[in-house]
Amino acid sequence: MIRLTALLTLLSTTAVADEIWVTNEKDDTVSVISTDTLEVIKTYETGERPRGIIFSKDYSRVYICASDSNAVQVMDPNSGEILHELPSGDDPEQFVLHPNDRHLYIANEDDAITTVVDTETRKVIAQIDVGVEPEGMAVSPDGKIAITTSETTNMAHWIDTETQELFANTLVDSRPRHAEFVKEGTEMWVSSEIGGTLTVFDTATQTEKAKISFEVQGVHPDRVQPVGFEFAAGDTHAFVALGPSNHIAVVNAETYEIEDYILVGRRVWHMDFNADRSMLFTTNGVSGDVTVIDVASRKAIKSIKVGRFPWGAAFRPTGS
Amino acid sequence: MATASFADTTLSIGYLRVEQPVPPTLSNLDPIPNDNGLAGAQTGLADNLTTGKFLGHAYEMTVADVAEGEDALAAARTLLATSRYLVIDANADDLLAIADLDEAQGALLFNTSAGNLDLRDGACRANVLHTLASDAMRTDALAQVLVQKRWNDLVMIFGTHAADISYAAAMRRSLTKFGLSLEGEKEWAFDADMRRNASQEVPLFTQDFGDYDALIIADEVHDFGRYVLYNTWQARPVVGSEGLTAVGWSPVIEQWGAAQLQSRFEEEHARDMTAQDYAAWAAVRTLGEALTRTNAIDPETLRTYILSDEFELAGFKGRPLTFRDWNGQLRQPIAVAHPRALVAQAPLEGFLHQTNELDSLGLDRPESKCEAFQ
Repeated sequence: MIRLTALLTLLSTTAVADEIWVTNEKDDTVSVISTDTLEVIKTYETGERPRGIIFSKDYSRVYICASDSNAVQVMDPNSGEILHELPSGDDPEQFVLHPNDRHLYIANEDDAITTVVDTETRKVIAQIDVGVEPEGMAVSPDGKIAITTSETTNMAHWIDTETQELFANTLVDSRPRHAEFVKEGTEMWVSSEIGGTLTVFDTATQTEKAKISFEVQGVHPDRVQPVGFEFAAGDTHAFVALGPSNHIAVVNAETYEIEDYILVGRRVWHMDFNADRSMLFTTNGVSGDVTVIDVASRKAIKSIKVGRFPWGAAFRPTGS
Repeated sequence: MATASFADTTLSIGYLRVEQPVPPTLSNLDPIPNDNGLAGAQTGLADNLTTGKFLGHAYEMTVADVAEGEDALAAARTLLATSRYLVIDANADDLLAIADLDEAQGALLFNTSAGNLDLRDGACRANVLHTLASDAMRTDALAQVLVQKRWNDLVMIFGTHAADISYAAAMRRSLTKFGLSLEGEKEWAFDADMRRNASQEVPLFTQDFGDYDALIIADEVHDFGRYVLYNTWQARPVVGSEGLTAVGWSPVIEQWGAAQLQSRFEEEHARDMTAQDYAAWAAVRTLGEALTRTNAIDPETLRTYILSDEFELAGFKGRPLTFRDWNGQLRQPIAVAHPRALVAQAPLEGFLHQTNELDSLGLDRPESKCEAFQ
């Protein structure tokens, strides 16, 4: 306890009071956590069943997938006011913002479609047929490729953002949930929840480069289910949420070996880091809280109660 | 371009429904949907088609309906002439007769409607896989909940239809397996209309059970069971075919992405998805998954793949679904639910198994007398 207090004091003297925004799927709210005090400082109402959450490049807007309202809501993060809604197609779940800061690529879970929306004109500019239950979304750092993973079709669909057409479809293990480009976009990683694996693709050739499996002591392999994941500074390590096994795996991104498992809350789902990536915040759906992990020591240092079924997490610096 | 605009490979599925007489029930509140099962197969087919278009795989399904008194075997022969894969909605006797046809040898049949234990036991067939949970899997699931709640002393009322008797037998087996005791049994032999007098008859009927922890209803045709709840002499929970039930699928399942399957199904068919719909969906998706992963359409290759460790189906139940290679039964978690919510999902924590906890439900390898899979 003394060590914890010391650490918290240290954090509060060095860190800026930045924020982690968490969507609460079954409360229709977002909780705003201060990375300084590690407490919920604000709660804002959203549309129905908020899941994906993402900030504009300058952090002046926050986009929220209100899945059951069939809209992407645009919120002013300073006031919590919903400014307007964007057309999103039915049941938007996850999305990514293109590096051009303008185009949102949205997975429409019920419709087997990826919708591309222009956030300035507020118009749909393309709808792309993908597999059944699209979910994971990623876009390459150079903006040329967008990825949709489809949960029942078990594929990563590669979209050419110039033509908004598919140029490759690659099979992965069952129920792919999340995708990320890493190492300047040279690799693309996909997690498969039911398959229990992470697949690493070589971006240039869209071929499988490695497959990573997990093993948590005392947990049946069927219940070790990788979902969300994020990369530490410099893309050296991946932190992978393992769903109902209630652990985060730390994967060495060079050797693809697992170095650690960190016990967190129940059904850990998505996550985001603070500014210098020294702390990781994971959403734990079933326990209704957020676990704060000290990245250097790979230890959970605090649980923060949020709303019911926290889902997405996004970092926001508050500047000054 | 990996997106094929035409299909290189087409997998043909036959859906065979042999209509069975539906016994009269006291209440008409819950009619059985006309497309029970078939609707699930259609949703599975749509899922397969979406996936297949990225791989150059197509699927087609021919539906054959056999009315009561018509020749099921002739219909099966006709389907088997064009498809080596049948999804079957029939009773156990018809299913076995179809499986034993010369034309069915080397084909792959999916049982989606018969929960009978012997089909997974001594009467198993090498060309039949079961995506419907067996009665024993369901009663084992319920027994695990009874153990966990320490509802150890049980009594049972059973109906007289074949399905009721089969369910009651499975229940007795499960109670023995999990060390629970059945202190009394009564057969339901009323011929009166219970909607008028359940509140008068049921208390007296249940009075001589004495004390117990829970009352089991074996009423798989849903005739009288609904009138027992809240009418028992003792204030005790009702489980089994009514009240707290163990089912392969239920509209109240929403976790594990199930809400997506439910809403997709509702949109297509304008009703809730039943356990039989789910079994038919799982059968068609099993074929889709096997073709996707092997790029083959011959039954030999697909059967081998489906029964191997490589195969897994994401079935919206929180764990990968696989097939038991000793009797062709789809391993799956079982929902224990009431009509408004999920109460538990078996296998429950603490019911351990040396290889797979899912095998604590139904006939395990050492128990099964099935030899056709060896």
